[in-house]
Amino acid sequence: MSGLDPAFLIVGALAIVTAVGMILAKNVVHSALFMVAHFGLTAVLYLLLSAPFLAAAQLIVYAGAIMVLVLFVVMLLGRQEALLDEPIAGQRWLALAALAVLGAALVRVAALGVPAAPEGGTAVVPPAFGSPAAMGDALYTQWVLPFEVVSLVLLVAMIGAVVIAHFQRRPRNEKAGSPAIAADATEVPSPRA
Amino acid sequence: MIPLAAVLPPAQPLMLAALLFTIGAAGVLLRRNIIIVLMSVELMLNAVNITLVAVSRAMLQLDGQIFVFFSLTIAAAEVAVGLALVVALHRSLGSSDVDDVSSLRG
Repeated sequence: MSGLDPAFLIVGALAIVTAVGMILAKNVVHSALFMVAHFGLTAVLYLLLSAPFLAAAQLIVYAGAIMVLVLFVVMLLGRQEALLDEPIAGQRWLALAALAVLGAALVRVAALGVPAAPEGGTAVVPPAFGSPAAMGDALYTQWVLPFEVVSLVLLVAMIGAVVIAHFQRRPRNEKAGSPAIAADATEVPSPRA
Repeated sequence: MIPLAAVLPPAQPLMLAALLFTIGAAGVLLRRNIIIVLMSVELMLNAVNITLVAVSRAMLQLDGQIFVFFSLTIAAAEVAVGLALVVALHRSLGSSDVDDVSSLRG
C-alpha cells in the first residue's frame, strides 16, 4: 500500500507542468492547448483511480466540448493581449504569499489521506467499480431525480448563453427612429409638458 | 480494471489535487485576461473532481464518482454561460481585461 506508483508519478508531474504552463502562457491559444493536455492527463488519472466512465466523460465534455467552445471564443474575439503586468502595486506578491499559505494548508490536509474502505480495508477494487454499467445503474435508480434536474439546468444554461451573447442588430437609439417607436416617443413626454 | 490502481495510497492523489487547485487559484489571482481566468476556474473545479474520485476510490463508494458526473455537467453549463458573458463584454467594452470591468467598484 506504500510507495509511489510510477504511472501516477508521471501523469501527476505532467498534469502539474501543463497546469503551470496554462496559467503562464502569454498567448491565450497556447493556454487553451495546455488546458487540453491537462484535461487529457486528468482522464488518464481517472483511469488510474478506477473511474473509466468518468475518464471517457472527461474527454468528451472537457477536452471535446468545452475546449472547442473556448477556442471558438478565442478565435471570435481575435487577437488577445494577455498582459502579465500588475495594475495594482504589490498585488502580485500579496497574491503569491496568500497562494503559498493556501497551497501549504491544502497539501497538509490532503496528506492526512482518507480512511480506508469501511469493510475491513479491502485493497482490491472490484472490477466493475466505476464502469459505465455501475454508473448507469446508480444514475438511473438512486440519482434519477438529480439527473433530470441537471438536464433542465443544461437547457437553462443553453437558453441563457443564447440570450446573453445574442447580437442585437439594431441598438435602441436606431429603433427610436422607426415610425412605430417614434409615435410612442412623442406620447411619452406629453404628461410632463 | 487497472492493477496499478490497487496499490495507490489515497493521500497522493489528494495532494496532487491540492496542488492543482492552488495553481488554478494562482491563475485567477495573477492573470488579467478574462478567458484565462475562466480557464483557471475550470482548473480548480477539475482539481476538486480529482479529489472526489480519489476519495471515492479509497472508500470504495460510487457516490463520489456520481457527484463528479454532475459536476461535469454543471461545468459545461458554467463555461457556456461564462463564455457568452465574455463575448457580450468584449462587444460592449472592446476588451477582455478583467480590470476594465470595474463599473460596480465602490
